[in-house]
Amino acid sequence: MSTATETIEEFVNKEYQYGFTTNVDTDKIAPGLSEDVVRLISAKKNEPKFMLDWRLKAYRHWLTMTEPKWQKAHYPPIDYQASIYYAAPKPKKVLGSLDEVDPEVLKTFDKLGISLNEQKRLTGVAVDAVVDSVSVATTFSKELAKQGIIFCSFTDAVQKHPELVEKYLGSVVPYTDNFFAALNAAVFSDGSFCYIPKGVRCPMELSTYFRINTANTGQFERTLIVAEEGAYVSYLEGCTAPMRDENQLHAAVVELVALGKKSEIKYSTVQNWYPGDKNGKGGIYNFVTKRGKCLGESSKISWTQVETGSAITWKYPSVILQGDNSFGEFYSVALTNNMQQADTGTKMIHIGKNTRSTIVSKGISAGRGQNSYRGLVKIMKNATGARNFSQCDSLLLGDKCGAHTFPYIEVKNTSSQVEHEASTSKIGEDQIFYCNQRGISTQDAVNMIVNGFCKEVFRELPMEFAVEAQKLLGVSLEGSVG
Amino acid sequence: MLQITNLHAGVDDKKILKGINLTINPGEVHAVMGPNGSGKSTLAAILAGRDGYDVTAGQVLYNGKDLLDMDPEVRAREGVFLAFQYPVEIPGVNSTYFLKAALNEVRKHKGEPELDAMEFLAVVKQKMKLLELNEDLLKRPVNEGFSGGEKKRNEIFQMAVLEPKLAILDETDSGLDIDALKIVAAGVNKLKRPDNAQLVITHYQRLLDYIIPDFVHVLYNGRIVRTGTKELALELEEKGYDWIIQHETVGA
Ligand SMILES: Nc1ncnc2c1ncn2[C@@H]1O[C@H](COP(=O)(O)OP(=O)(O)OP(=O)(O)O)[C@@H](O)[C@H]1O
Ligand SMILES: [Mg+2]
Repeated sequence: MSTATETIEEFVNKEYQYGFTTNVDTDKIAPGLSEDVVRLISAKKNEPKFMLDWRLKAYRHWLTMTEPKWQKAHYPPIDYQASIYYAAPKPKKVLGSLDEVDPEVLKTFDKLGISLNEQKRLTGVAVDAVVDSVSVATTFSKELAKQGIIFCSFTDAVQKHPELVEKYLGSVVPYTDNFFAALNAAVFSDGSFCYIPKGVRCPMELSTYFRINTANTGQFERTLIVAEEGAYVSYLEGCTAPMRDENQLHAAVVELVALGKKSEIKYSTVQNWYPGDKNGKGGIYNFVTKRGKCLGESSKISWTQVETGSAITWKYPSVILQGDNSFGEFYSVALTNNMQQADTGTKMIHIGKNTRSTIVSKGISAGRGQNSYRGLVKIMKNATGARNFSQCDSLLLGDKCGAHTFPYIEVKNTSSQVEHEASTSKIGEDQIFYCNQRGISTQDAVNMIVNGFCKEVFRELPMEFAVEAQKLLGVSLEGSVG
Repeated sequence: MLQITNLHAGVDDKKILKGINLTINPGEVHAVMGPNGSGKSTLAAILAGRDGYDVTAGQVLYNGKDLLDMDPEVRAREGVFLAFQYPVEIPGVNSTYFLKAALNEVRKHKGEPELDAMEFLAVVKQKMKLLELNEDLLKRPVNEGFSGGEKKRNEIFQMAVLEPKLAILDETDSGLDIDALKIVAAGVNKLKRPDNAQLVITHYQRLLDYIIPDFVHVLYNGRIVRTGTKELALELEEKGYDWIIQHETVGA
């Protein structure tokens, strides 16, 4: 075997750099799940009755469900009684401002490169920071409020805007949707809430940063974003977790409601949960339900994701295109290295007339990583003139990894148009040698080729995030070659 | 500059090079000719550091250093350039970006400051004239969808930008039409300096009408069986390789 092949096989040595834990006083409940636990969570959060009722319905429904097994992912059975369902950094008192956040927590976010100090902030990004299950700080809320924008933790939203929460919670992802969505509905402890009123373009990127800190906690957060007529918001989500030997479950739910005419929601994720070590020990199970509903005429929802972390990723950000002329987009880069498994893709459900959707999926597999694209394009009977374009490309590094594509297409209206393109390529030794011969190291060559491969997706990310994503990909691939 | 002594190399059990001796001094142009499969590209690949070949004997000194001991990217940064017989396509990687990265690697290695985008473009503009290269090519991914001739011309363009000390051109003339051949040859000639050298692999004496070699070597069955001047190429053209080969076997 030539050394180039060997080096490509080595594709995996870089340590996960966010693998530290923070010592903060944590308020957590005993492991296990029962109706009492659901009640306890609701009580701890001082929730109104409608919330508790909803949680209990979800819990009871969850009990009747079984864990899905159809996805192309292998993992030992999860013991749902061993997980802790509520853990929160213990506040010394009720938080009045950012100054009162535990300095250890602030330090954590500094280490992650996310400053919660408004003075030192990245210009134009408002951040909601979620540690374990609880939102610890939301920046810029006051400034945004001047324009009528609500951006706060889910807990705050339940207290301050219960009518909005009650109206839209579960309207896109009902608790009956799937096993993990039901579990989330029963036990979710926090997340972010965002509401953009009519005609308002949100002047800055809104961002949530998720961090799992406590051992054996599942993180179940919920994000709900509602955009009224003509409203626009761009929302970013980032995630990291400490290195641990045990797997931790992350089962979030994100609901987007593009309510009014010409409303637009752009949701970008850079997912960098701990992927586990080289041998597949530890890492996050990322079983997430993300869905948007384009209700308004000519409304638009756009998902962009860069998935580099987690031991197992299982997620299908979807768009229900209900309003006429509405538009759904899905841009995805998913990288699997070592023993990582990703089964990701999207669903575009065309209901309204002249609805359009675009899917661009880029899967990169290295090491022994397994990467599956699973997508559904469904054109309903009344979706006259609906159009979809899908493109799924896979890039393989080395010969122990795998790429799989499962496109499902269901068309019930003959005037619609569905196009699907797919390709699989390999980084060839002669490509690497060509770069070497021009003075470019193997690692740089791989990064260059991978970044080139992902270009169409990176283009969709907000500027700072695009740079971040490129670096992240570089780090995730470090040691994979040479 | 380059000293190859008794170089034996092959792939797995197959012996390809069977004792190459060749010395190249600064300012010289050497042509290597020889029938298909005689080992010309193999020699070029080994000098450039391609994986997969086993060197079983001999050594190669480059400016006094053991060339075979260096990683391919280090050789490149030290000024060894290979214009590929079959340049590969690198989808998604912009040509300009690629070449800028390459030039900056060479500059870093020499301890020179890296060029920013503006400075780099100035260099590119100047070199592009030299080869009458279509500017649009540089906006496209490396070699992707380039015609055969465009790929070859792009190789020499890269050479012009990187200014190597030792340039190895592997059949750069094949696939070029006559006008392109003249342009490329003129470009190569302009890049010639007293302190650099060129090793030109070709099948056709035609190229040597434009790039005048100081020496012509005939490679046959992994060995240099004849060395001469430009006239040797003419003679070969006239009489074919059989003439030398017979000569060789008779002489041996
Ligand atoms: N990687 C390899 N594996 C097996 N055989 C090889 C390999 N590389 C070269 N060879 C063999 O070595 C011999 C020399 O090949 P090389 O490409 O060096 O010839 P060449 O002189 O450049 O020929 P041409 O004029 O056709 O370009 C050929 O018989 C070829 O098949
Ligand atoms: Mg050859």
